[in-house]
Amino acid sequence: MSDILTPLIILVVLLLSAALLTWVERRVLGLWQDRYGPNRVGPFGLLQVVADMIKLFTKEDWIPPFADKVIFVIAPMIVMTMMLLGFAIIPFSSELQIVDFDHGLLFFLAISSLSVYSVMLAGFSSNSKYALFGALRATAQMISYEVFMGLSLMGVVILSNSFSLRDIVEAQTEQWFFIPQFLALLVFMIAGIAESHRAPFDLPEAEHEIVAGFHTEYSSMKFGMFFIGEYLGVILISMMIVTLFFGGWHGPWLPPLLWFLLKTALFVLFFILLRAATPRPRYDQLMSFGWKYMLPLSLINLMITAALTLWNQ
Amino acid sequence: MTSMLFYLAAGVAIIAALLTVTRHNAVHALLYLVITMLAISLIFFLFGAPFAAALQIIIYAGAIMVLFVFVTMMLHQGELSVKQESQLYRPAQSLGAILLSTILLFEVIYLLSPQAAVIITPDTRVVIGAKEIGLKLYTSYLLLVEIAALLLLTALIGAFHLGRRHQENSK
Repeated sequence: MSDILTPLIILVVLLLSAALLTWVERRVLGLWQDRYGPNRVGPFGLLQVVADMIKLFTKEDWIPPFADKVIFVIAPMIVMTMMLLGFAIIPFSSELQIVDFDHGLLFFLAISSLSVYSVMLAGFSSNSKYALFGALRATAQMISYEVFMGLSLMGVVILSNSFSLRDIVEAQTEQWFFIPQFLALLVFMIAGIAESHRAPFDLPEAEHEIVAGFHTEYSSMKFGMFFIGEYLGVILISMMIVTLFFGGWHGPWLPPLLWFLLKTALFVLFFILLRAATPRPRYDQLMSFGWKYMLPLSLINLMITAALTLWNQ
Repeated sequence: MTSMLFYLAAGVAIIAALLTVTRHNAVHALLYLVITMLAISLIFFLFGAPFAAALQIIIYAGAIMVLFVFVTMMLHQGELSVKQESQLYRPAQSLGAILLSTILLFEVIYLLSPQAAVIITPDTRVVIGAKEIGLKLYTSYLLLVEIAALLLLTALIGAFHLGRRHQENSK
């Protein structure tokens, strides 16, 4: 029974926290920008989430007549499914993990590379120029940054001798990996932001040049799925950072699960702070930054890690 | 259970592959090809090659096919290209392909027959992970890895050269 119940509970909690994050983001952004943010509905404006949900669900679900209908409907589902699948391998604590897959890290990379299809197909099926521009940018950005993301993680794999996320967390009992793998952490974080196309790397949906990018034509809950998918992506990346570099559930005094959630919350807030604090680069700057700095950096990190490991043997 | 899953995945792979060949809309055809890749990855996984399965998704479905769809998406002309595509295709053209794949089909049937002793069942299955593949690649097949690396480097330099000349022209 608990085999079915635990994933279900995790699923519901994840969806709720992704929805709540829309409120948290606006409130916290408001705080940092010296204004209030949504504070009218319910205590602290907490019910704003419910109000937004009612609005999204009752809006007209419009499919443009010029769109490729089947793909148009499938595209937002892909991002939701892929992001939710990603949580299956996350070790929340030593007891709480849905699947302990011994190639979990590769599974994560596969999930993130398949989620590219969502934005790409959304842009293609919308059959409108802004959506297509957004999709082109998103695809180029995501497949470039995937390369560095995968390479930066290999250092962690060398240190822990395993692709399994559980083993990686176990290997961090003595020392968290953000100290020996600082370069990798840097690369992974930047690649993570680019993968979930959050600000400052949200060029696929930059409002001032290409309307809303790949989801220009989307309305109602289909748009909502892209929206929630993005927040799920932020939570997933934060959880991966905690698992791979900050010792997962390890920590003194408090129970393991609480430690994991606290660390995750910290990184989610960091992602929001980045959005509040940094301007958007130009698109070509983003791409050349990736290939000219991130790729060499992740390769150097990989080489140093491998050399040190061989030296110590 | 495993054999059930295998037949399911194999069926999906075959149907998706057939649809890939017969669709007139190029992007739809490519998407069916992606589904074929995913089904094949599942088959790898069932036969005890989780590393190969993951690479199949990350590299083929997640990178190479993305680039294919990417380019097709830009060249796609909507209804017009679908109409063009449907006029271009004649069944007689696929005769060579059918002939070649018939040979492969007989090979597969032979391999599945009881005389051939390579049938993988859950009992005889050996899980081949990243470590085994890495060891093989950097010992027995080192030369091939080096040649592949050289080839890729050449392709990279070629692409760089083409892109550069284009940039100078546009100025």
